[in-house]
Amino acid sequence: MAQVFHKSANTIAKASIALAVILAGLSFYVVTQLARSSYLTGTYLERQQPVQFSHKHHVGDDGIDCRYCHTTVETTASAGMPSTQTCMNCHSQIWADSPYLEIVRASYRENKPIEWERVHDLPEYVYFNHSIHVNKGIGCSSCHGDVANMPAVYQVNTLQMEWCLSCHRNPEEFVRPKEEIYNTAWVNNLTPEEKKKLKEEYKIRPAEMLTSCSTCHR
Amino acid sequence: MLRSSFLLISALLIFTSACRYDMQDQPKYKPYKKSEFFADGRASRDLPAGVVPRGFLRDDKSFFTGKKEGVTNVQVQTTTDASGNTVVTSFPDAIEEFPIPVTKELIDRGQERYNIYCIVCHGPTGNGDGMIVRRGFVRPPTYHDDRLRNAPVGHFYDVITNGWGRMNGYAEKIQPADRWAIVAYIRALQYSQNPNGMKPLVISENKVAKNVEKGGNR
Repeated sequence: MAQVFHKSANTIAKASIALAVILAGLSFYVVTQLARSSYLTGTYLERQQPVQFSHKHHVGDDGIDCRYCHTTVETTASAGMPSTQTCMNCHSQIWADSPYLEIVRASYRENKPIEWERVHDLPEYVYFNHSIHVNKGIGCSSCHGDVANMPAVYQVNTLQMEWCLSCHRNPEEFVRPKEEIYNTAWVNNLTPEEKKKLKEEYKIRPAEMLTSCSTCHR
Repeated sequence: MLRSSFLLISALLIFTSACRYDMQDQPKYKPYKKSEFFADGRASRDLPAGVVPRGFLRDDKSFFTGKKEGVTNVQVQTTTDASGNTVVTSFPDAIEEFPIPVTKELIDRGQERYNIYCIVCHGPTGNGDGMIVRRGFVRPPTYHDDRLRNAPVGHFYDVITNGWGRMNGYAEKIQPADRWAIVAYIRALQYSQNPNGMKPLVISENKVAKNVEKGGNR
């Protein structure tokens, strides 16, 4: 009786086991990298807004504090989007007849909000609260990057759960002094002792509590 | 057979992706969300006229308006300054004394708030040389002349609340207690530029801030 398999089938079988492992590993790698990619998370993609608003100009050049417009960041979950009146506080006189600002003036005249493009959009099963973060030593730029240098704002972090947890697991690596919270160019060169002291001063809870499901999901 | 299983798998895929979408963008309103239901498209609604939220009955007239009880039908005197601003020279209905104890904490809070909301035009010392003025906004009056040194505190409070001349009101952005904190800081600025000609602020030892909005948490 002739043999069903040729002798080389042994080698092929062995090689295919190794190949399957490599292929599985490779596809796992590709899938996880794709999930974190700019293509799927939207990082580093500048969003075009209805008005050519530049944070670089308003914050970087003019030195306007984040809270001048994002008024409720210290007290509520939402940082607060400025009403059109906020724009008109200055633009009633500065660039008052610029065609770029016609949308702003129309919004003010007709009492209709400007429809801004959302840049940072968390899934709605996450209950993120801005006020607890800025009051406990997490600065704007820890999540939003150096917005004072962004002509058009883009997301610098994936906003995925692994990214949230990277801080919730060791918050002391990311806390900063109270007076630096709104400084988007802040560079972290705190010593380990200073970090530990800040974490105690802000009364930040232990990692077991910060990583509990119901801290973010309710 | 192959065809039908392909269809089934596609249908399942569509179903699961729909699930994910529903979880990420749930049919609920969050601040600034768009609404298909209301005619103006805003999910955030204004209060019906005349509604007072619990804890927000603003019955303390001097604290919430900076004006005296029982002074009605007032006629203020105005004049025009060098920048073309209309300025008041008499303050018949503005209260003279702070309605809350002036503490170091209050002035520090006022400094922080001033540097967010006021510094943009009024400048770091209150000379009226802020960055927005350098960009072309009409220069506001300086705090450091006899007219405003002698102006009662209620006048500053009223201007922050309702605006004056080309300045919009900041009631939307700055809560009443913070407005008084800013007024206290303006007084401190005035004293800093004229230490021999002004009485210093009387700092209260009373550390307990007045509970201003009963029941509310603002």
